[in-house]
Parts: sequence; structure tokens; C-alpha cells
Amino acid sequence: MTRATNKKSSGAKGARFTAAELERIGARIFKLSRADETEVEITSESSALTRFANNTIHQNVAEGTLSISVRAVVDGRTARASTNKTDEESLRRVVEAAASLARNEPENPHLLPMLRAQKYQKVARFFPVTAAATPQDRARAVARVCKMAEKNKQTAAGIFSSGSAQSMLANSKGLFARHEQTRAEFSVTILEENSSGWAKSNSPDIRVIHPDALAESASRKAAASRQPRELPPGHYTAILEPPAVLDLVGFLFYDFAGTAVLDKRSCLTGRMEKKIFGENITIWDDAYHPLQSGAPYDGEGVPRQKVLLVDRGAPKNLVYARSTAKKMKAKPTGHGFSLPNEYGEAPMNLVFAGGDRSVDEMVRSTERGILVTRLWYIREVDPYEKVLTGMTRDGTFLVENGRVAGGIRNFRFNQSIIEMLAHVEMLGPAVRAAGEESFEMVVPAMKVRDFHFSEVTKF
Amino acid sequence: MQQLANWAMETAKRRGATYSDVRVMDVRLRDISTKNGEVGALAESQSLGIGIRVIASGAWGFASTDRLTREGVEACAAEAVAIAKASALAKLENVALAPEHAHVDTWQNPFLKDPFRIPVERQMDLLLAADKEMRRVKGVTVAEGSMSFRRIEQLFASTAGSSIHQIKMQSGAGIVATSFAGTEIQKRSYPNSFGGQHMLQGYELVESLDLVGNAARIAEEAVALHSAAQCPEGQRTIILGSSQLGLQIHESIGHPIELDRVLGMEANFAGMSFLTVDKLRKLKYGSDIVNVVADARLAHGPGLGTFAYDDEGVAAQCTPIITSGLFTGYLSNRETAAAIGEKRSNGTMRCESWNRLPIIRMTNISLNPGTWKYDDLIADTDDAILMETNRSWSIDDRRYHFQFSTEIGWEIKGGKKTRMIKNPSYSGITTEFWNSCDAICSRDHWTLWGTPNCGKGQPMQTMGTGHGAAPTRFRNVKVGVAFAK
Repeated sequence: MTRATNKKSSGAKGARFTAAELERIGARIFKLSRADETEVEITSESSALTRFANNTIHQNVAEGTLSISVRAVVDGRTARASTNKTDEESLRRVVEAAASLARNEPENPHLLPMLRAQKYQKVARFFPVTAAATPQDRARAVARVCKMAEKNKQTAAGIFSSGSAQSMLANSKGLFARHEQTRAEFSVTILEENSSGWAKSNSPDIRVIHPDALAESASRKAAASRQPRELPPGHYTAILEPPAVLDLVGFLFYDFAGTAVLDKRSCLTGRMEKKIFGENITIWDDAYHPLQSGAPYDGEGVPRQKVLLVDRGAPKNLVYARSTAKKMKAKPTGHGFSLPNEYGEAPMNLVFAGGDRSVDEMVRSTERGILVTRLWYIREVDPYEKVLTGMTRDGTFLVENGRVAGGIRNFRFNQSIIEMLAHVEMLGPAVRAAGEESFEMVVPAMKVRDFHFSEVTKF
Repeated sequence: MQQLANWAMETAKRRGATYSDVRVMDVRLRDISTKNGEVGALAESQSLGIGIRVIASGAWGFASTDRLTREGVEACAAEAVAIAKASALAKLENVALAPEHAHVDTWQNPFLKDPFRIPVERQMDLLLAADKEMRRVKGVTVAEGSMSFRRIEQLFASTAGSSIHQIKMQSGAGIVATSFAGTEIQKRSYPNSFGGQHMLQGYELVESLDLVGNAARIAEEAVALHSAAQCPEGQRTIILGSSQLGLQIHESIGHPIELDRVLGMEANFAGMSFLTVDKLRKLKYGSDIVNVVADARLAHGPGLGTFAYDDEGVAAQCTPIITSGLFTGYLSNRETAAAIGEKRSNGTMRCESWNRLPIIRMTNISLNPGTWKYDDLIADTDDAILMETNRSWSIDDRRYHFQFSTEIGWEIKGGKKTRMIKNPSYSGITTEFWNSCDAICSRDHWTLWGTPNCGKGQPMQTMGTGHGAAPTRFRNVKVGVAFAK
């Protein structure tokens, strides 16, 4: 556990502007604006990141930023301008820029009037202990991890970051929404001569981040995957740890956007209500789940709703921004992006139902398969069949006769995610997972049959 | 800007820093997009701030702020020093920098038309005209267009005495036609994927692209792809169009030569490199006709990797990376140059904005032109697949094994371009691939492509890089794996 110990030191503090200060900036903008309707989104953020490699800190940064973003509506047209300055002249310029851009575009037939005041469910995602974390706190944890690596004749690389953000969204029709949140993250790679291991954790609450335990887990994986052997490519049973699952299923999120289906770019086009995944796959979008993060409202201030996306293998519902909902004769779900944009909306808080099997149980039940720690450089090959390619990385193991039988060289995969979710044999409990290709979601480990590893690399 | 820098450096010195450098940056953006006859995004933004990097207690610290009062800047500098002292808690040795002369200079990239002075209405009209042309073609389900403009004004100052003022104007534009039919989504982009072409130029770049004139062609190709033949599986000769080759250079040469990767500094996120330092001037990276440079000088062209000085105050240079097939150079900075026996950085430190630390980035990593005329290359090829315009891209974290697919392919038979091929893909091992290169087209077919979306670093930074390339032929390459069952 990392503790904040020296609040006098510099580093990530609470957001630089208080909620009251942000409100005052907003009020000045509404006073300056002559547009038919005006929306203001202001975010003040403080963040810091300590980066280490070769068992030493090599980069260590902190930033304080402010974003003041103004959307103006003039004669049925809308546009946005942003600045990071709070002086009167800068605010006047950003207000004029938004209105001037709007005036010069064609009328938007789908533009809806701005929303009136809404009620929001409270979420508690600001942890003072996270906001108060200092460079010394982070450096001490990193120093411990580096010493552990040295003791094990290994090399550590990674990051330890912390920060906080304060944001508000308001419009000239009386809508006002506010959100504050902290964020902490620790990620570590432990390297040996021909192997590596990795672990990562992310939470608004720094007290649930355990750098030493994460580093020990990565260290064990590096040791266990020494002298990797080369296996032939092919279809294997794959045991995917939560970060690997996250980075794959993360590619599905936009497919649940109403706009994506309307544009026929979703893999769910023509597949809604059909049982395309296994009976054991149920997915929600739930911004209020205790393991989730983010604001309880969307880019227009619509309260986020919990939406059942997949029910026992069948896609059931999409998410909708206000204008998409109108086009598709549905109700807005609180998933719209800030306007104007061409993408519409997306579920940003995916939560899988999960199961009750541990990764150890998955290994014990597998005669021959591949255990995957994490995936890397995933890209879409076929958007409708949802074929993704990518590589395994930092801890890939052969499983034989119910036990981990050693490290193997990393595989490339080309795998349809639709097929993968139809081939899930076991599910672990859903946990908040952190990867590199997707934002954090609540997903389980999965045991999947017939996963297509198509080629092998040199390490 | 100089006053802000002076406040920062004076405070850092007073707090115990032995070195500091400062970037004051004013970044202005305009982004416009259209979709199916309507405006998608329309936004402008401006961001001004200061980033202060210091060495104190022999370790690095960096802090940034947009509070540009004297009090705000001095607090930020003090924070950078405090962070450096915290870094020293996990320090193995003191940071040492290769020497660099102090530079006092002003530079701006040449351009003809300031894109921020062109009325937004005119820019939108152009995109909507191209959009209309694409939607005229039956079967097009989504027509999209985009333009993006960046004006970056920056001052670099250091306690070594440098004061460098640079202004970079960047423009980009492109269109995309998407078609859904049956169980298949196909798309074509012009002039490239990733938002089209991007260069260090003014609005004249957009006017030179003729988006409207190419709209119907790419729309027809997107629809025609549904009935094209599937890319076969097996070992084949391939010819890569220049924009796809640009991305191939980016991924399989540009990233592996970043010395911070090689030395393990990116091990946790972007990864490492197979190009360990023992391979310098020993590894046969490519065939004898492969010559690659890292060239940030304007003489190379107005690429996204062009500047006069990098963000560490080192003058732009041209470094031979592959010379007649032999691996001859890395991308270095002042901290890492000594690791390969160099006395000076070759000037590749770049940061996304004022709130990011400069890190080693690609400049313009280009394959020098060969001698072939394009028509002669096709005529000389008996059986191959020509692949154009990137669709997906992936490479392992040491940059050995890659897989690319492109939007469209064409079968080459008996020296002629014949039928269209859909879902083309190829894969391989970096050095085996570049050693299979046997023909490169000439300067007449060479384009300096801009890749605007290169991600690296923690916190993540997005950077634009340049890649000069001409159509090039490779033998005995594995094709079709991406779609194999």
C-alpha cells in the first residue's frame, strides 16, 4: 500500500481550480456570449507520473492544465472553441470564436435545443489521499521495486502516476453538472535476459494500488518464462488474464453505438437479438458500478443510464446520444460525446457479468493451451467479422496436463472477437482491469477454445 | 516568451538545479470534419504554457503549467526541482549530457497560405463537395472528409545559453468512402488513411490534393471491393504503394532505431528493440539498394519531422540509418549519444506540447529513391500483388514480426496490372523483409508522407513523423495470413 506522507511536497495535488472558481469562469462566459445558446465545459487537472527503467527513475513529470471549452449555437448551427487562459480578453475571444465558427457552417437539421437542468446520481470518485500523493511517495515505492528487481538479478521498468481532475458542464438553459475524480496507476515490467513479466493496476483510490505485490507478480512471471520455447502457430485453447480480455473486448465498445449501426459500420448491423456469443456472455454499460470511474453524465449533460448491452449471448440494446436517439426512435441513454462530433456516442463503462473460476482452475482443467498475460498492438483486420490482430507480450506460457509448463515465444493472433465470445468455456470473477489498448473496464479472465495464433516471433 | 523562460531558469538555479531548459509553446488548432453531407466536428483551440526540465541532485525533474504569471512560473520551476530531488531517491548514476553549442536563432517553415486565414466556410465547402461526389456512387454507406491545421509557436531556452524561436505551420486533409454490403465493410481513403496527407505546409497542401477530383474514384473502388477476388495465401512477390511503404518504414525501421527503446527506457509501454547496440555497423538490415536516412532538415522536404532545432536545442541533422543495406545509425539525444560512442546528439528530441517532456522521436525517416520508373517496375513483374493504402498495422514490442493489411490490392500478371484484390495482407520478420527488397522507384514517384498519429511515452504523446517513400518491390513475402481461417 502506498501512503501519502508529505503533503508539503510538490507533485499531483488537488485540481488547481476549485469548483467555485470553475463556476465563476463559467458565469463570465455566459455573460460574454451573445449566441442563441451557449454551453461551457471546464476541466482543471493536476497529474504527475514517475517513470522508471533499468532499475532507476529516468523521467519524472508533473503538469497542471486547464481547458475552457465553449459551444455556441447560432441559427441552428453549432461549433466549439477552447482555450486555457482565464483573462477577460481570452474568454471574449473563445466565445467569439465559437459563435463565428458556428455562423459559417451550414444549418444542422439534426441539432436539438440544449438540455435543461438534470438530476444526477452521486458518484464518489475523489480520494484526497490520491490527490495528496507526492513525488517522494511515488519515488519510494519505485525504489523498493527497483531494489527487489536488483536482488532477483532482474530489471524493472514502469510507471507510478497519480492525479486529480475537477470538471463542470453548464449551459445557458440552466443545466449544471459537476464531477471530480482522482486517478492512480502503477504498471511494471520485469525483464530477464530472454523473458519478461508484467502487471498493472489502476484506481481512483491509490490505497488499492499495491506496487510491491504487482512487481512480485511480474517478477515471478519473468522467472517462470525463462528460455522460452517456440511452438507452432495454430488453434489453441487460450487462457486470457483480465488485461488480455480487456484489450480485446475493448474493440467492441463502439459497435454498441446507435450511430455505428445507423452508419452500418458496427459488427452488430443485422445481428441484434441474435445469439452470436455464448450463453455465458452478459455485458452491461454501468457508470455507477463500484469498480468503474468517470462522470455520471455525458457530453451534453444527459445522465448516464445503466444499459444491458448483451443478455446471455444476444446483443439486446445500443446506446444513444440525444440526436441519434431521435433518428432511431429510441431514448437517449447518456452516452453522447461532446458536440459537435460525427461519432455520436459509445458505452464507456463496460461491465461483464463474469463467473467464479480462478485462473488456476482454468489451468488445471486444460490439457494443452496457452496462458496469456497481456496483448500488444491490437488492430482491427475485419470490422464486420471483428477479426483483430496483435501480439502476446510479457508472459506467455504453455499449459500442459493441467499445469504451466514454461514460457513460449510470443505469438501473433488473428481472431474474430465474435467467435471468441462464442467459445468461452470458463469465466473468472469480473475485476477492474487495466491494459494498454482500451480504457479500463470490469472484465473477467476467460478460457477460450480454438483461439487462432497465426504466427510466431523471435522472442 | 523569453521573460517566462528566464523566470523559470533563474528559479531552478536558485533551488539547486545544475541545468535547466524551458519550452514555452503556443499551440493553435483547427479541426473540421464532415460526414454524409453534414458537418461532423468544427472546433478551434488554443493552448499556451511552459514546460520546465531540470537536473538537480544528478536526476531529472519536469513540471509544466499554463499559469504564466511570474508566481506561476516560479512555482512550476520549484516543483520541477523538487521532483528531480525525489527522482534521486532511485538513482543509479548522475545524468550526463553530450555537449551542444548554444544557439540563438529564429526559424519558421515556409508556407504560401495561412490555413487559419482561409474562411472556415470555404474549407467546409470543399469537404462537402468531395462528400457529395462520394455519395453519388451507389453503395457508399458513409462518406467522410477532414481537415486539420496546427500552428505551433515555441521558444526553447536553456541555461547553456540557447534561445531558439520556431514557428511550425502544419496542414492535413483527406477523404474516406465506406461501403457495407452483405457481411462486409470495405473502405477507400484518399490520399492516405490516417486523415489523408499531412505536411509542414499551409493551405496550399489541401488545394494540391484535389479531393473533389478523386472522390468518385475512391467511392467506386470501395464499392467494387465487395466483388473483388480475395487476397490469396502463400509466398508472393509484392509491390507496396508509397504511403503503405511509409508506414512500413515507420514501424519496422523508425521505431527500432529509437535509442531510448534500445536502452530499455520504453520497456514498460512502447517496448524495446531488436537493434541492440552491438548490431551498429554490423547488421545487414536490408538489401544493397536499401538506403534510409533520418533527416529533419528542410532540405529533405516539408515533412512532419522537419524543424530547425529539436526540443533539446540541437540543430536538425541528417543521419544515415541504413547505408547500402548496412545498419549505420540510431536516433539519439544528449543523454543517450554516449551509449553508442557518439559525442553529439543527432537531434531527435521532440514533445507534443508544453506539458510534455521531450523524448526521442522519429523525424523524417525516409527510404531514398531508387532508379525504376513505375511503369517499368510493373512491366518487369511477372506475378505479384500491388498493395495500396494502409488498413491495419501491428508489430511486436521488439519490432521483429509485423502484419499489415491494405485497403486495396491489384494482381500483377505478366507485367500488367490486372484484377482488383480485396483484403490484401502481408506479414514477416523485419530484416528478412528488407533484405528481400529488389526494386525501388525513382524520385519522380517519391512522396514525403506525414504520419500524424505516432504514440509513445508515458504519459502518452502523439507526434507527427515524416516518411519519404516510392513504390517498392519485395520478393517471397507471406501474404493472406490476416484472413486465413
